[in-house]
Amino acid sequence: MDFNFTDEQTMLRDSVGRYLSDTYTFDARMAAVNGDSGWNPGVWKAFAEELGILGAPFAEAHGGLGGGAIENMIVMEEIGKALVIEPYLQTVVIGGGFLKAAGGALADAVIPQIIDGSAVIAFAYAEPQGRYNLADLRTTAKRDGAGYVLNGHKAVVYAAPWATHFIVTARTGGSVRERSGVSVFLIPANATGITRRDYPTVDGARASEVYFENVAVGADTLIGVEGEGLPLVEQVVDEATAALCAEGTGVVRKLHEGTLDYSRQRKQFGKAIGEFQVLQHRMVDMFMEVEQAVSMTLMATLRLDEPDRARHVSSAKNKISRGARFVGQNAVQIHGGIGISNELAIGHYFKRASMIESQFGDADYHLRRYESLMD
Amino acid sequence: MDLNFSPEDIAFRDEVRTFIADNYPAGLKAKSEEGEELSKADFLSWHKTLAAKGWAGIAWPVEYGGTGWTSVQRYIFAEESARADAMRLLPFGLNMVGPVIYTFGTPEQKAKFLPRILSGDDWWCQGYSEPGAGSDLANLRTKAERFTGDDGKEYYRVNGQKTWTTLAQHADWIFCLVRTDPTVKPQEGISFLLIDMKTPGITVRPIITLGGEHEVNEVWLEDVIVPVENRVFHENKGWTCAKFLLAHERTGIAGVAASKRGVERIKTIARTEIDSFGDDAQPLLANPFFKRKVAELEIDLTALEFTELRTLAGESSGKGPGPESSLLKIKGTEIQQRITELALEAVGHYGAPYFRGFGEGDNEHPIGPDYAHRAAPTYFNMRKTSIYGGSNEIQRNIIAKMVLGL
Repeated sequence: MDFNFTDEQTMLRDSVGRYLSDTYTFDARMAAVNGDSGWNPGVWKAFAEELGILGAPFAEAHGGLGGGAIENMIVMEEIGKALVIEPYLQTVVIGGGFLKAAGGALADAVIPQIIDGSAVIAFAYAEPQGRYNLADLRTTAKRDGAGYVLNGHKAVVYAAPWATHFIVTARTGGSVRERSGVSVFLIPANATGITRRDYPTVDGARASEVYFENVAVGADTLIGVEGEGLPLVEQVVDEATAALCAEGTGVVRKLHEGTLDYSRQRKQFGKAIGEFQVLQHRMVDMFMEVEQAVSMTLMATLRLDEPDRARHVSSAKNKISRGARFVGQNAVQIHGGIGISNELAIGHYFKRASMIESQFGDADYHLRRYESLMD
Repeated sequence: MDLNFSPEDIAFRDEVRTFIADNYPAGLKAKSEEGEELSKADFLSWHKTLAAKGWAGIAWPVEYGGTGWTSVQRYIFAEESARADAMRLLPFGLNMVGPVIYTFGTPEQKAKFLPRILSGDDWWCQGYSEPGAGSDLANLRTKAERFTGDDGKEYYRVNGQKTWTTLAQHADWIFCLVRTDPTVKPQEGISFLLIDMKTPGITVRPIITLGGEHEVNEVWLEDVIVPVENRVFHENKGWTCAKFLLAHERTGIAGVAASKRGVERIKTIARTEIDSFGDDAQPLLANPFFKRKVAELEIDLTALEFTELRTLAGESSGKGPGPESSLLKIKGTEIQQRITELALEAVGHYGAPYFRGFGEGDNEHPIGPDYAHRAAPTYFNMRKTSIYGGSNEIQRNIIAKMVLGL
């Protein structure tokens, strides 16, 4: 048993952490969030060229660093700590995850573009009626000559306004929630027939409603096997959920640290509020949630290749969803009024924590999934 | 003991129900449903309607223009208002400074201020919290130095900063706790001043909160001159008014009627939202995980309701609101917050889109179902309830000390 990072992994964590703490300040982030495009392409370029992290989980043959899920975990925790809005999760973890798993010409073509920063991927999977059920799809992809024609509406597609490509789940067969008949496509974002309604999200990102109207694509856009895509989608979403747990870990770490700092500085009744036992115990409870988030993230990440992957990922996400709520709410509570002001970072960590709670399924969803997979 | 309303109470309920149905502004109702930020005119339209009917001073004595209603009638009014989704009138004038003035004020102060509070002609805000005085309110530093003006009259010169001042951007007047004697124990050197917001030296700066709302402000006071006759009660005895007001503020804070409506709204959403899992799709309210949380919420709300009713019964038998009302504040705000948690859970993915609001010329529809776009901002915003009005930690201290004698 060994929970230590390799030297390379430690270097990766340190270099990403240092870059973000030097350049990705709260003010810089808010300037990007409030700007027209809502993100900072310069940061993305630095991720690709200066840090090389967009290649972290890819094989050296593709120009990557030869890492995998642990490298994603390391980067995602740093992303959580700095509240990074740029779409590493969507592009590298999810887009890269699908391409790595499927292999072939599409992977050979697009993975190098991910690594050099020229491809930005958004994951168009959720639908208005489907909640967290990955198979609940009304979007269709009908065979048409050598290719397919897509029609449908995808909901709350994070990073869609910035994307060069969409990964789209659609039905090539089967009924609405059937396990078979699901296919996955990688489609250029500017394909004819795609329209978007873009908007900011409450946690500082950008997303879109994405509409497909008779979008004709070639057969070479298919990822994996037609009609048998659901296990691949579940695998990649589990990998993304583990990465999201890592981001959540970074977020709750900062919420806890920030609260601890504040409780040492803020004086009421003639002493630092951190001297009050009721707040000490609360911060101890927050600390325990942070530690367990670290543990569960590691557990899920290390078990992504095991047969009962799904159950382990759901246990981690359930735990971290509950922990994110507890830590976030109490960070705000201990800060008092300034905790709900938009002017300080703490409230923005709380908002991101609140969205992580339900992203790829909330605590109830993952509890239910865990129960359904229990011995 | 009798849980049933008397025939008189039932007649009263019907009268209130009819009045609200006939008079509540339709535009206001639509705005509230869409989650639009309410303008000053919106807030005032219902206030003025109720004032014209004589129903603005709900808890006020009749001699000052109040309704003189029994606690049961007040309860019924709150229930009926929530039932019709009618807004609650803002508390700063009617529930806060008004009762302080009619309890501690001079006849001149009563004559000058009370009618305009009732009518809504004056908009009041509360100048209590300061950057260094939150839970430790008595630590406030805004100072008021007394001097004799060139006209031979007595004045205070006020300097300092107030914060978290709700809707100060609309206010005509602010009631402030200020330090008039820095040499004594903190609670003994505080006075209660009424300050005209038009006085030179007052600056209001917005604080934008997590949902993007402009609800609270910083209020800066720089050499603000206030006539001594605008002080309520004795110099250096303002803490008496403050304590009275805090107890008074807590009586309505349980928010039972509004929370009942909140639970109904959650159920409506959860009947509409489809919970898709595996090959199964059913209304979210049929999901046993979600339904259990709604059921527990209802049970806790019933416990709160009957605790409030017991408190009301005690009040009508002559006991004033005591430190027990801290229980109502704690449990009431916890329930309000849980309602917003469930609403956010219920809307699923559509909790994420941020809708900037219906600006001028922007009538684009929000993203997702109508009930979704306010879920996250409301969840964020309602975190304030366990912080304001004496944080829930402070309320527990009050119960420990005043009720349990610890």
